[in-house]
Amino acid sequence: MSAVLRDAIRVNGREEPLAAASVAELLAGRGIAAGTFGIAVALNGAVVPRRRWSETPLRPGDSLEIVRPLQGG
Amino acid sequence: MSPTDTLAIAGRSFGSRLFLGTAGYPNQQVMLDALAASGSELVTLAIRRISLDGYSESLVDVLARATAGRPTGPVGLLPNTAGCLTAKEAVLTAQLSREALDTPWIKLEVIGDRELLYPDVEELLRATEELVNDGFVVLPYCNDDPVTCRKLADLGAAAVMPLGAFIGSGMGIRNPHAIETICARSPVPVVLDAGIGTASDAALAMELGCAAVLLNTAVSKARDPVRMAAAMRDAVGAGRAARLAGRMPMRAHAEPSSPQMGLIGG
Repeated sequence: MSAVLRDAIRVNGREEPLAAASVAELLAGRGIAAGTFGIAVALNGAVVPRRRWSETPLRPGDSLEIVRPLQGG
Repeated sequence: MSPTDTLAIAGRSFGSRLFLGTAGYPNQQVMLDALAASGSELVTLAIRRISLDGYSESLVDVLARATAGRPTGPVGLLPNTAGCLTAKEAVLTAQLSREALDTPWIKLEVIGDRELLYPDVEELLRATEELVNDGFVVLPYCNDDPVTCRKLADLGAAAVMPLGAFIGSGMGIRNPHAIETICARSPVPVVLDAGIGTASDAALAMELGCAAVLLNTAVSKARDPVRMAAAMRDAVGAGRAARLAGRMPMRAHAEPSSPQMGLIGG
């Protein structure tokens, strides 16, 4: 259990193996280029500004939220 | 309505007093056509987790392209915090929306009941204070309660947005006297949010003194959303004009409008 958690992060509520060194690298792996307008990221409950994506490291146990605007009322 | 009758919220001017939601249309083209027909200059959006399986063209790009040629410029964006149950969730959602869209404007929704979608006043006040202090232009969706509306304005809300009825209910304005009282006392613009079902509801909101109307489902779930969007545009304009014109006093008894002298016979 703890071994799994040490190497895992949560992305949008789903646990997955930690395979990226930075926020930018994780986003790039999902086809989101650095600084893409309309995308926002929070790491452990705090917004990571676009310009800091590449310099923000990911660590085991981190929780990442990646959001975008959608149709709403 | 005079062309100079513009609405100002937080230093921004709007020629249209109709704010439109973007959800629940039969398809994206109908949404864009309804937006064009409505004349709205401000649309609401939700902020949601991206699908981890990749994503299609951004809604923001679609809206910007569709409205680029307007004389008033591309449509403004009002992201919401729909679905948030606590001030903490709503504040983070607002901060994410500001980062995603480069706008400090936020339609603040903090609900206390997932079925009723009714505002949680304590959490709403807390989130309003926090977001105002963080530089946001806060437009809170709130109860049709003059005291809550005053507290929100005192905390620095740029407008207050009392509900006419439950979100998505189309039940109209259930307590017009409360809305009229809020409008008469509010130091900030009052936007009737939620409950509008058809054009007469929107006109009534404006006649009661609202500065604008925010609606979504009344248009998106109409049989012909584009035609209803045009009806809402006209209703908001007519209601506003009637408000400015000043209605006649109501009487309990008949008052003839034709002269009483010179009647034939007798």
